[in-house]
Amino acid sequence: MPLPKRESPKGKAVSLFVTCMVDMLHPETGLSVVQVLEYLGVEVNFPEKQTCCGQPAYNGGYHDEAKAVAIEFLKVFRDAEVIVAPSGSCATMVRVDYPKLFADDPKYLSEAERISSITWEFSEFLVDGLGIENLDGILPEAQSFAFHDSCHGLRMMGIKDAPRKLVGNIENAEILPLDRAEECCGFGGLFSIKLPNVSAAITDKKLASIKKNAADWILLGDVSCMTNMNTALEKRGEAKRLRHFADVLAEAIPKSGAKRGENPDGE
Amino acid sequence: MENKANQFINAADVALKDPDLQKAVAYGTRLGFNKRIAAMYEYGEEHGEALREQAAQIKGRALANLPNLLEEAEKNLLANGFKVLWAKDADEANELILEIAKKHESKLAVKSKSMATEEIGVNENLEAAGIEVLETDLGEFIVQLAEERPSHIVVPIVHKTKESIQKTLEEKTEMPSTENPVEMARFARAYMREKFLQADLGISGGNFVIAETGSIGLVMNEGNGRFVTSLPKVHIALVGIEKIVATLEEYATLTQVLPRSATGQTLTVYTNLINGPKRPHEEDGAEEIYLIFLDNGRSEIYQSNYADSLACIRCGACLNACPVYDVTGGHAYGWVYPGPIGSVITPLLKGLENAKMLPYACSLCGLCKDVCPVDIDLPHFLLDLRKDVVSTQKGNLFWDLGISGWSWVMRHPKLYRFAGKVAARVLSLLPLKKLPAPFNAWTDHHALPAFAEKSFTELWAEHQGEKNG
Repeated sequence: MPLPKRESPKGKAVSLFVTCMVDMLHPETGLSVVQVLEYLGVEVNFPEKQTCCGQPAYNGGYHDEAKAVAIEFLKVFRDAEVIVAPSGSCATMVRVDYPKLFADDPKYLSEAERISSITWEFSEFLVDGLGIENLDGILPEAQSFAFHDSCHGLRMMGIKDAPRKLVGNIENAEILPLDRAEECCGFGGLFSIKLPNVSAAITDKKLASIKKNAADWILLGDVSCMTNMNTALEKRGEAKRLRHFADVLAEAIPKSGAKRGENPDGE
Repeated sequence: MENKANQFINAADVALKDPDLQKAVAYGTRLGFNKRIAAMYEYGEEHGEALREQAAQIKGRALANLPNLLEEAEKNLLANGFKVLWAKDADEANELILEIAKKHESKLAVKSKSMATEEIGVNENLEAAGIEVLETDLGEFIVQLAEERPSHIVVPIVHKTKESIQKTLEEKTEMPSTENPVEMARFARAYMREKFLQADLGISGGNFVIAETGSIGLVMNEGNGRFVTSLPKVHIALVGIEKIVATLEEYATLTQVLPRSATGQTLTVYTNLINGPKRPHEEDGAEEIYLIFLDNGRSEIYQSNYADSLACIRCGACLNACPVYDVTGGHAYGWVYPGPIGSVITPLLKGLENAKMLPYACSLCGLCKDVCPVDIDLPHFLLDLRKDVVSTQKGNLFWDLGISGWSWVMRHPKLYRFAGKVAARVLSLLPLKKLPAPFNAWTDHHALPAFAEKSFTELWAEHQGEKNG
C-alpha cells in the first residue's frame, strides 16, 4: 500500500532526528547529514531531548513501552516542520508504524499522523522532498560504490534509487551493482539476540556477496544494519567495511560551511 | 501431528549444522524465488502486480462473504451429487474419514498432496485402523518412505539432496540402484501404478471450492491426483472452509496466480475441475465423492484480527522468499505449516502458548508480503502476534525487565545520555571481547561495536559553538 502523499518540505527548517544508534555509535554520520543540509541552505535544528523512536520495544511486542517512548518523541518534535532521519528503519517506525501504534489512542493519533506525515529518510528528503539529485560534489580521487538496500527503507518506504542518484552524481564516484542487494543482512534488532545463530547464518550469506563485490565501499542508509555487518566482518577477520552514504556525500562537498552557489568564484 | 513449534531455536540449530539441508534448501528456495519472478512478471511488472491485486480482491471478497458462500457451495455441491460433511476439528474430520473408509470396507487409500490432511494427521489415523495409506505425490511419497514430514508447502522434499532421496528409495523399496533422478521417478511411477489399480479409496485436498458451480478445483503436476480422484470408487476431499471462491471466473484467475507464485509455471500440468461423481453415461470417475469442510480453528481466526491470513492459497512463495526459512528449512517450525505463513497461522491454529517462538522467527525484512499473491500483511501480523505474546503469555523476566528498563531510560534524556557515556567508557576501558549471557549471543558472531568518544549530542553543541563563535 503506497504511503499517502504529503506536503512539500521545501523552504522549511529541518529538525534532525539523528537516531540513538547514530548518536552513540556513529555521530560523524549525523554531522555529515548536517553538513549536507546546511550546504544546501537548509536550516537545521536538533531537538536535544530526543532519544529513540521506540522501535526495539515495538518490534519486541512491547507496545505499551514503545508507546511511552513514542509519546516522548511526539513531545520532543512537537514544533518540528520537517523531520529528517539518516535511517530508513527509524524513519519507517515514525512514518509507517506510529499511526498503527496509536490507532486506538485518540489522544495521540492525530499528532502521530501529523508527525508521520512530516518525517523523511535523508535521501528521500533530498531527492523526493527537495528535488535535488545532484550535490555538485567531487571526490578527491575515483572511488567505486555498491549499495545494500536495507529492508525497512526499501520495502516500507520505497527507498531504492534516491541514495544511488545522490552518490552516482558525484564526480569521481562510480556505482557498481551488488549481488543480492535487496536481501536482508540478518540483523532484525532483537532478532539477532533472540535467534543469534539463525541471524548469523543469514548475515554470512549476505557477507558472501559483499566480500566478493568489486566496489571500494558498500554503502547503505542504516547504521543498524551497518553495525551488524561491520562487526560481523571484523569478527571474521575481513577488511571490507560498509559505510553510510551520507558520509560519502559529506566528503564530496566543501567542509567549511560554505553554501552551494556561494563559492569564491561566485558562479 | 505433534506440534513442536516452541522448540524452534533448538531445531533451527540442528538444521544450521546440517550441510545437506543447507545446500538443498538454499538451492530449492532460490530456484522457486527466481522462477516466481519470471512467471509472475512475464508480461511486465504492471501486469504481474495487477494479477496479484485481483487475486487479493477475489480472496478478500470470498472471505467477506464466507458464510453465504459456504451455504451456496453446499447447495450446489449437493445438487452435483457430492456428499457434503462438516468437521469442527481434526478429531471430527478423522472420525468422518474413518467411518467412510469402514463403510466402504477400504483396505488401501491413495492420497494426493494435501496440507489439510497433514494438518489433521489422516495417515496415522487410517493406519491405526489397519488401512494402508500411500502418498502418491512424488515428494510426499519419499517423505512417507523416509518416515519424515514435508518441510515445504509445495516442495515437500526441498530439504533433501538427490543422494539422500536415492538412499531412501534404495533402502525402503526394491528400486535397482541408480543415481539418475529420471530412473528414480520412473520406478516410483511404476510402483504407484500398481497401487492405484488396487486402491479402493482416494483422498485429496482441494485448492479451491467454487461456490457458484459446486466444484472442486485441484491443481497438480504429476497426474497422480487424477488417479486418486478417478480410479478408486470412493473419493474423499478434505478442504479448509477458507478455500471457497465465488465464481468460476475468479477461479480462472487464481489458477493463473497460484502456479506462477508456487512453482513459476504459467499453469500447472493438470488443472482439474471436479463437478461430482461419475454420471451414468460416463466411463470413469469415483462413484461417491465426500467433500469434508474442515474448520479446525479457522472460524476463530475468521473472527479475529488475523482473518486476512485465511486468504492464503498455499503457494509457498513466502517460504522461498524468507531469509529465515532459507537457513532453517521447514522442519524447524515444528508443525505442518512452515515459513512466514506458518509463523502466523500455527500460533492461531494451535494456540499462541504452543507456538510463541514463531512470531519471533523473523527479521522483519518484509519480503514475504511483497511476494504474497494475495498480499497478506505477514510482517504486520507477526508484529501483532508478538504483541499478543507479550500481553497474554507468561513473560520472560529478562526481556520484560530489560524492555521496561530500556523504555524508562529512553523517556529520560539525561539518563539516556549518562547511560551512553557509561557504556562508552566501560566498553573502552575493559578489554572485553565477549559479553556475558545473554549478550554473548551477539559476541559469538560479532565484534563488539565501538561507542563513539563523543556522542552526536556533544558534537552538535560544538558545531553550534563554531557556527555562532
